[in-house]
Amino acid sequence: MAAPTLAHYLILAAMLFAISVVGIFLNRKNVLILLMAIELMLLAVNLNFVAFSHHLGDMTGQVFVFFILTVAAAESAIGLAILVLLFRNVGSIDVEDLGQLKG
Amino acid sequence: MLFSTAVFYVFAAILVFAALCVITVRNPVHAALWLVLSFFTAAAIWLLLGAEFLAITLVLVYVGAVMVLFLFVIMMLDVNFEDLRRDFRSYLPVGAAVGLLVLLEMVLVIVAGTAGAGSAGSLPAGSNTQALGRLLYVDYVYPFELAAVLLLVAIVAAIALTYRRRRGAKVQDPGAQVKVRREDRVRLLEMPAEKRDG
Repeated sequence: MAAPTLAHYLILAAMLFAISVVGIFLNRKNVLILLMAIELMLLAVNLNFVAFSHHLGDMTGQVFVFFILTVAAAESAIGLAILVLLFRNVGSIDVEDLGQLKG
Repeated sequence: MLFSTAVFYVFAAILVFAALCVITVRNPVHAALWLVLSFFTAAAIWLLLGAEFLAITLVLVYVGAVMVLFLFVIMMLDVNFEDLRRDFRSYLPVGAAVGLLVLLEMVLVIVAGTAGAGSAGSLPAGSNTQALGRLLYVDYVYPFELAAVLLLVAIVAAIALTYRRRRGAKVQDPGAQVKVRREDRVRLLEMPAEKRDG
């Protein structure tokens, strides 16, 4: 059996992405687990970028992953800050209780 | 079987199992710890792909900073997590169906698209960190600085959102201190000089 090909990595990333989609469905109420599922999704996308970078011999994919990591770190920091604020004001992190904006 | 293939399959199995545990375990602390395992395993797979710098960045930034933040928030919030899992079972059929459909579509596209694709090139030999740094600081220096500004904005936003001003606490207001003028503070009194007796 030869070394793992591009398709191996892409299918692994696809499985990871599908798992996080299922996670968003299952934990529809819990904002914390939703944020974790989003992190998993970003990890799957990053795995795609690194696999393509390796396959095409182009470092640009890795630069892009670097920027995605930066943005994801900022996103989770602000997301958790909003979550803390939400819990302080509403007293719950259930998505069903977040009807305050009446949107 | 080639050694790297065996390593890939072992890490892929661990990664998928850890990801499944993240979305199904009861306790969110355990979910965060499973997420740590999946980040570690993903870093190992990136090492297989020759992205050493990004692998160590993933461990340092995600496991070291983001997941610790997650754990802090989970432990800080006093939430009854059992209530949030009430309808867990009822979402399982539709969630599994959508997930399988997404997976099936992506696998079909990948298998059809990469059937005859050979390797198109190879990464530059030598230090991955040096190559990435050269690219980042020469070709992508402007996006790099934008990323720095983005992180600064994130810091300001996170602090501004969670900072709570306590009522009745004695604090300095630097703006008011700078704005004050001499006339507000100093009052000159006219007093006639008095003669000393004797």
